[in-house]
Amino acid sequence: MTDTVASQVPLVEYLVLGDKPHLVAQECTSCGARFFDRRNACAKCFATDFRQVDIATTGVVRTFTIVAYAAPGIPVPFVSAVIDCEGTSVRANLIEVPADPEHVSTGMNVELATYSLGVDDNGAEAIGFGFRPVAA
Amino acid sequence: MSASDEIWILGIHMTKFGKYPNHDVVDLGAEAIMGALADAQVTMADIGILAAGNLMGSGGIGQQLQKQVGQTGIPVFNVSNACATGATALRTAIMAVKAGEVDMGLAVGVEKLAGAGLLGGGGKSKSDDNVWSPSGRYGAVAPTDGRIGTDTMPGVFAQIGMEYGHKYGGTSFELFARISEKNHSHSTLNPLAAYNKAMSLEQIMGDIMIAYPNTRPMCSANCDGAAAAVVVSGAKLKTLSLEQQRRAIKVTASVLTSDPWQEACQILPDVNTLTRNAALQAYELAGVGPEDLDLVELHDCFATAELVHYDNLMLCEEGGAVDFFNSGAPWRDGRLPVNVSGGLQSKGHPISATGIANIWEVCQHLRNEGGQRQIEGAKVGLAHVIGLGSACGIHVLESSAA
Repeated sequence: MTDTVASQVPLVEYLVLGDKPHLVAQECTSCGARFFDRRNACAKCFATDFRQVDIATTGVVRTFTIVAYAAPGIPVPFVSAVIDCEGTSVRANLIEVPADPEHVSTGMNVELATYSLGVDDNGAEAIGFGFRPVAA
Repeated sequence: MSASDEIWILGIHMTKFGKYPNHDVVDLGAEAIMGALADAQVTMADIGILAAGNLMGSGGIGQQLQKQVGQTGIPVFNVSNACATGATALRTAIMAVKAGEVDMGLAVGVEKLAGAGLLGGGGKSKSDDNVWSPSGRYGAVAPTDGRIGTDTMPGVFAQIGMEYGHKYGGTSFELFARISEKNHSHSTLNPLAAYNKAMSLEQIMGDIMIAYPNTRPMCSANCDGAAAAVVVSGAKLKTLSLEQQRRAIKVTASVLTSDPWQEACQILPDVNTLTRNAALQAYELAGVGPEDLDLVELHDCFATAELVHYDNLMLCEEGGAVDFFNSGAPWRDGRLPVNVSGGLQSKGHPISATGIANIWEVCQHLRNEGGQRQIEGAKVGLAHVIGLGSACGIHVLESSAA
């Protein structure tokens, strides 16, 4: 962080903020495999060239759990899920939905949403992301 | 010595699993080794290699154990492969014998885990100066566990079981609880299990929820314990006593796999593909199929995990794990008993010991030394472990009379 203070910082580098918040991945230019972190070579085909691609902001819940017991400091319960975003698997919490099995199910349609994690001493606000239900 | 095609377990031992406040990992590991050597009727002088596993300790467990049971200067391999550490130690000893480097090897796994609590979660706290500053591989400004899904083992494996249900249907909270009911019931016959109490479905479903649908008794039991095995080449075994030959158990397959690339395993561990790959290799090597197995000890670290491994080990047709369970097959009086020891949920899961302890269980039955929980006439068995990340170990075992 330099003298110029960003007004907003994403929770992770692969979350792009702005008018249309979305996730990005590093895509292998050879085989299309996608990774949310840096790789020296593609885990699928060993090629070494990658390009940044946008991930779809809507998807379908492929699996979830409702975590009731977590490490100290982590608010519970929360819904952890894997979302199929048009062929790319994304790990995220489900938000804006009650954390119980009556309200959460596999096959649910969801969309990316962001929320504030709070403001630091420099006035920068951290922004997290999750997926919330949308009408089918 | 020359390369050996035949590998046999000559002696094997597990400690009772449970709480040992007055024993350290060296005490427990040494107890397992002394038991395995006695069972094999050999001494450390006969052993050409030691492979040892312990995840939570200070390192160098193999050398610490030599000082406790006999220092002969043999090579020591300290191995680490998450929950597959014990199987990896055994695999290491087997490879040395198979390569002809030694004709007898020793493998040991030991863990002190009683009271360890939740494994896998947490992460670093926000920095003290209250400034959002990116760090780590994802440039995260705050811990991601709990904000971007869960790192906890109960949660990860819950998702693995729920994913199976999404793909094939038929799962429910109650179904997963019934799997746990089976294993807790089985453990009542196992005096070495950490827990020996049967639990009703109501008790299991009504217990503390950890990560839906896994309640506390549906999670592996953290406990202390150790297991060790002596392996020998076929040529060497022929020179030993008839009694040693009679009790020796043939290792017809010893397989270790890791994850091949899968799209989704980048974000949620895929315990399926590498297990299926290991099973295919193991059945090919052993020259048997799942229909030939008399019992299976598989890695039920959570009730949700046991279900998917019925399918991954091909104990049922693809997608048929729910029907397989509902048929009663994996109960001890069923067509293919699974986890008659009580499994990780009730026997317990001292991580590094598990991959040898499950082989000890199978050997007891193949030797017809299973006592009150003996599976009558057992000739062929399979032991499976998964270490998340992932590593999968599978061993297929046959009685000498088979």
